[in-house]
Amino acid sequence: MKPVAFDYYRPEALSETVALLADKGDEAAILAGGMTLGPMLNLRVVRPHSVIDISRIQALKTISVAGNVVITGAGLTQSEALRSERVAREVPLLAMALPWVGHFQTRNRGTLGGSVAHADPSAEIPLALVACGGTVVLQSRRGKRRLAAPEFFVGALVTQRQADEIVTALEWPRSPPDAGYGFTEIAQRHGDFAIAAAACSVRLTNSDRVERLAVGVGGVEDRPIAIDVSGFLGQAAGDIPANLSAHAASSVTPMEDRSASADYRTALTKVLVERVVNSALDMARLQRARLQ
Amino acid sequence: MTILYRAAGARFTLEVTLNGQRRSGQAEPRMLLCDFLRHELQAFGVHVGCEHGVCGACTILVDGIAVRSCTQYAAQADGTDIVTAEGLAQPGTLSEVQRAFAKHHALQCGFCTPGILCSVAHFLRETPEPDEQRVREMLSGHICRCTGYTSIVNAILEAAATMRKGS
Repeated sequence: MKPVAFDYYRPEALSETVALLADKGDEAAILAGGMTLGPMLNLRVVRPHSVIDISRIQALKTISVAGNVVITGAGLTQSEALRSERVAREVPLLAMALPWVGHFQTRNRGTLGGSVAHADPSAEIPLALVACGGTVVLQSRRGKRRLAAPEFFVGALVTQRQADEIVTALEWPRSPPDAGYGFTEIAQRHGDFAIAAAACSVRLTNSDRVERLAVGVGGVEDRPIAIDVSGFLGQAAGDIPANLSAHAASSVTPMEDRSASADYRTALTKVLVERVVNSALDMARLQRARLQ
Repeated sequence: MTILYRAAGARFTLEVTLNGQRRSGQAEPRMLLCDFLRHELQAFGVHVGCEHGVCGACTILVDGIAVRSCTQYAAQADGTDIVTAEGLAQPGTLSEVQRAFAKHHALQCGFCTPGILCSVAHFLRETPEPDEQRVREMLSGHICRCTGYTSIVNAILEAAATMRKGS
């Protein structure tokens, strides 16, 4: 199994990368960790004329904070993000999602930006980004633009990224200290593609009512989706897990493939949403108790 | 700042440190790192299984990090420090992990073993006191069709305990 012959470019700076993309974007593939592009090249699912290797661009491997967001460079490996105390403290939902991403050996090379740019419907990092209300930062020679995650993901392996653009960073809202989170998924084997995954973030008032809430579902539709939860704001927290999970299950239009039927994905949506909502509520109550 | 360029199909000379020695060989851009290590540098401890990052047989250490060598390209590896199964212990000796694998019958056909040994080297450096669950999570990145994994888990746990005592 060998890829087609390709021209190999390894820029050391972002400016060089966007210049290359402006010139060759239509027939180039951007190679970061290669945990997805590698298999696709080897299986000849993709046959690019050029491969642009961004894995040595140090400027893409940073974690920084600007105002209310944590900015993770697109080239940061999943292992590096998982080891980051800042990610654990300020983006807990990402920290919860990462152990589900592939395996130890693939996380050592796979990147945050690569997973988002590839946009597999069942991928965990895109789901966490959607459920956090995060943003994708793109750059080309035409300039820089930022897209809200739900807008960025268009369909299976399809995003708003144009051929001359590169995903340079992800922006994650910094978690308030009283927030609670939950993440879980079902796959045939740990590390395999999720048949369904769910994520939740929640904040509660002192009287245990829902103040802020977000629920995302991955692997069910052709992209990670945010469930409309506006009807649950202000409700007593104890009432929401059962109702919200039923609402989520009735609002998805599931895919059907060899690993699961649409009905099974609907059933999983209900079960997984209930689990993540319960986990998030437990964590929010615990955080509130700790802060009082 | 410069852009390194390698033309499609054109062979170039590549230099890496392999198991402590400076080595060089010929590659073209599409050559997988695992093929470069086997065909050019005769590192036959790199086993090539699925060639798309799933089975873990080709796992090696690049700059100390356990990674697949089938989903990266030789062109990416110039200047790196690579360790394969051959470099995990001095020739003629066994590492603690290798000794434990032998004792616990943690291999039968042995095809998956070199990759697992490389993973374990990195894993135990980061996680010197793993419990069974952590070991099994790490092992989920390797497919072994002989052992049923239990003997591998036992070997890794024992080796970790021995290494803690020794250090």
